[in-house]
Amino acid sequence: MAHTAVPAERRMANDIAKHHAHLPADLAAEAIAGHLTRFWDPRMRERLLASVDDGADGADGADGADGAGGADGFDPLVLAAVKLMR
Amino acid sequence: MTLLKEPDFGTPERPGPATVSVEIDGMPVTVPEGTSVMRAAAEAGVDIPKLCATDSLDAFGSCRLCVVEIDGRRGTPASCTTPCSEGMSVRTQTPKVEKLRQGVMELYISDHPLDCLTCPANGDCELQDMAGVVGLRQVRYGYEGENHLDAEKDTSNPYFDFDPSKCIACSRCVRACGEVQGTFALTIEGRGFESKVAAGAGESFMDSECVSCGACVQACPTSTLQERSVVDLGMPTRSVVTTCAYCGVGCSFKAELRGDELVRMVPYKDGGANEGHSCVKGRFAFGYATHPDRQLKPMVRESITDPWREVEWDEAIGTVARRMREIQDRHGKGSIGAISSSRCTNEEVYVVQKMVRAAFGNNNVDTCARVCHSPTGYGLKQTFGESAGTQDFRSVAEADVIMVIGANPTDGHPVFASRMKRRLREGARLIVVDPRRIDLVRSPHIEASHHLQLRPSTNVAVVNAMAHVVVTEGLVDKGFVAQRCEGYEDWAEFVARPENSPEATEEVTGVPAAELRAAARLYASAPNGAIYYGLGVTEHSQGSTMVMGMANLAMACGNIGRDGVGVNPLRGQNNVQGSCDMGSFPHELPGYRHVSDDAVRGVFEELWGGTILAEPGLRIPNMFDAAIDGTFRGLFVHGEDIAQSDPNLKHVTAALEAMELVVVQDLFLNETAKFAHVFLPGASFLEKDGTFTNAERRINLVRQVMAPKAGKHEWQIVCEIATAMGYPMAYDHPSQIMDEIAQVTPTFEGVSFDLIDKLGSVQWPCNEEAPEGTPTMHVDEFTRGKGRFVVTSYVPTNERSTRRYPLVLTTGRILSQYNVGAQTRRTGNVAWHPEDILELHPHDAEERGITDGDTVTLASRVGTTTLKAQISDRMPTGVVYTTFHHPVTGANVVTTENSDWATNCPEYKVTAVQVRRARVTAGD
Repeated sequence: MAHTAVPAERRMANDIAKHHAHLPADLAAEAIAGHLTRFWDPRMRERLLASVDDGADGADGADGADGAGGADGFDPLVLAAVKLMR
Repeated sequence: MTLLKEPDFGTPERPGPATVSVEIDGMPVTVPEGTSVMRAAAEAGVDIPKLCATDSLDAFGSCRLCVVEIDGRRGTPASCTTPCSEGMSVRTQTPKVEKLRQGVMELYISDHPLDCLTCPANGDCELQDMAGVVGLRQVRYGYEGENHLDAEKDTSNPYFDFDPSKCIACSRCVRACGEVQGTFALTIEGRGFESKVAAGAGESFMDSECVSCGACVQACPTSTLQERSVVDLGMPTRSVVTTCAYCGVGCSFKAELRGDELVRMVPYKDGGANEGHSCVKGRFAFGYATHPDRQLKPMVRESITDPWREVEWDEAIGTVARRMREIQDRHGKGSIGAISSSRCTNEEVYVVQKMVRAAFGNNNVDTCARVCHSPTGYGLKQTFGESAGTQDFRSVAEADVIMVIGANPTDGHPVFASRMKRRLREGARLIVVDPRRIDLVRSPHIEASHHLQLRPSTNVAVVNAMAHVVVTEGLVDKGFVAQRCEGYEDWAEFVARPENSPEATEEVTGVPAAELRAAARLYASAPNGAIYYGLGVTEHSQGSTMVMGMANLAMACGNIGRDGVGVNPLRGQNNVQGSCDMGSFPHELPGYRHVSDDAVRGVFEELWGGTILAEPGLRIPNMFDAAIDGTFRGLFVHGEDIAQSDPNLKHVTAALEAMELVVVQDLFLNETAKFAHVFLPGASFLEKDGTFTNAERRINLVRQVMAPKAGKHEWQIVCEIATAMGYPMAYDHPSQIMDEIAQVTPTFEGVSFDLIDKLGSVQWPCNEEAPEGTPTMHVDEFTRGKGRFVVTSYVPTNERSTRRYPLVLTTGRILSQYNVGAQTRRTGNVAWHPEDILELHPHDAEERGITDGDTVTLASRVGTTTLKAQISDRMPTGVVYTTFHHPVTGANVVTTENSDWATNCPEYKVTAVQVRRARVTAGD
């Protein structure tokens, strides 16, 4: 199987989401948004938001690689966090 | 032996509250109970002659030179083995003992070469000194009797010779190897006249278990064990106390020189971190500093395919400044940044981040700690409130149970490992949590009570299971938790869930439930339980979670805030702690204060002028991604070799190739310099004034012992770049930089070069409340007030073994080499490790038809490399291991983009791989 590169921002955001999945969804989204704001360079956050807007190109295959469950390759908690960040 | 001698009291200190008063040659002295007569005499200012005694070793009583007379006692007892008792009256110089001592010396000298004038130890020999002290004038026995003068010299070790013809069989070397180093490689072989020092079972030093720590050389009172450099160059004439530039232990050394030539590094007894001990790197592997590979002139080139052109400093600095500004003009302020190094001084690191924030006008600064201990900073800040370990190294001497998680201290932090082993020999119990059977699991006089041989990437499941046992079996220190912590109830409910039990996690972790339960009980029930951990914790996709998991466990068991306990990161490089302290992370200003904090930014803006961005900048992996997407175009790399040390090298080199300007400042034209447009020669630690901060928050002075070979200090070069970019930065001396750090950083408020010089070293926080520093943190309350329990759910890594890549690769380092090997590969240490090798379990080897020494290919989903195999049953099945010390191997060709969720610290410890026997072509 060839390595399918998952866009960095999506991969990292999904990782953050998985580590907050034990929290109630609203608290998780808040914590994820807070983490992204405190630790991510603004251009990365912009790319993340743009990627969400674009429906995250090339979602097939990548979903399995990073374990994301969202229709466009994003963990639903990331999508919820992104909403808070807008 | 050493040029400048610290006081030697002959026998170790015996601290204790009870004292006894004695008289030594009529002088009264009061000492702790158990103190030897020899030591009491030394404290009274009376030096009793000695040969087999030295205060780093227990008394041995073999040389009989230290005999004394004691009123009311018969005979002439050895002062080293005789403890003081109340009212004792000792006479150290009487006709009787003088005659005895002369007789003893006559016997020694009758079987010792009379070559003092041509001996390498001439002027630095205790036998020579003692012959003078006892007034030896004749040897009545002559020199023609049976002797050892023709004994064969062992020159197998690259750094020291063993000349048995000069041995007086005092056993100091043997005892140092055991008591100080804890290796027990040396012994006295034979009886009576046949007695001789032997390495291993009659092997050469090189073939024995000797780890070349130098403790035997240090202990030898003659020239029997002698540094080769002293043999070759002669006795040094001056000595400067400075700090080792290798691992995070931060040993103090006396750099001993003849003129500007470094002859040897001798461990400093008063060094707070090492107290006179050393390892093969710090003691001997300094030759890189004067290696001919050093590039001493600045160089520039337009493109990385052009040849380098040597230029003067002004042109090089001007080129950097001009091209950086041009990039910003075209692509914006955020298009450039810098990576600082944990090998550089605090002052150098501070000016790099200041240049980025004040001159570049952004927060795109990161440090190589990103790829090792950034999860430590995150995890300990979240739980305890401070991004640092809790103890000093001495604390381990008070530990009753020591839990080592994901660290291999005998290789990575050998001088601290010797302290730890000493405590273990005294009876402390040991728990090792590691996929590999590291040496500490079973070594001379040490055996781990429990080795939790977990599967890579399952640390969090293991620590949660241990916490499950503690909570469900009533082992929590409820008083500590109630008084000192918050968030306990939620956490306790979480870890007590059935899915976190040892039985439930066993299938994932591979750790038998009963073994884990026993280990958890042992740690929790110890009067003092201490956790020490390394990159086997941090370099995972759950690295930060695991750091918080360990902090949770320590708090639950009340193992914080006193000697013998704590959560202690073993830092990789010499100044990992310091580089993080100095504001090298893109989201934090010095002192771990977030850039979004208006008040904190205000302090710096007022001092520096201008505006500091309130948004975090790019971390190292983010820089590479941004380079490839075109938003990051210029990078200043200070003392790091990212093209060898960082993961997924194909991605790293693609990023470097995409940049318009890469500036490398280093001692050598390293792998990253292949992608550089400007090369700025760096200075070795011997050429620097400054400070390093070790893993115990100890700030040590680095003192310049020779002029910078390239003509400029590194901090000065950074200041000149900033100035050339239009932001004037100037200091006369690094002490002024430290003064500025103290001015803006509350935890460093009281720190100055003068204070460090006066105290020897200082552990931060150092401020009004702790004017001489803080050896143990969180004593009465945590830095954040209450210690915070954090729920640490176990999230498996994305990296999965597959049919195509069925094995798991984990990477690390070995004793003789250091990091990317830029330093140690240019020393005699290559004798031990000339190339990276792949360790794999016999079963995995057999399945693949691989035999020991075969060349194999190591392939992951991102790359392939080739190296030699070593079959080793210390690996579990399914796990292979290699180091990343040699660029020709390029171990990081195969490591992936996976990283810690919170900090982006790469997941070096888990890569799914396949190993195959390489095809051997004709001629191979």
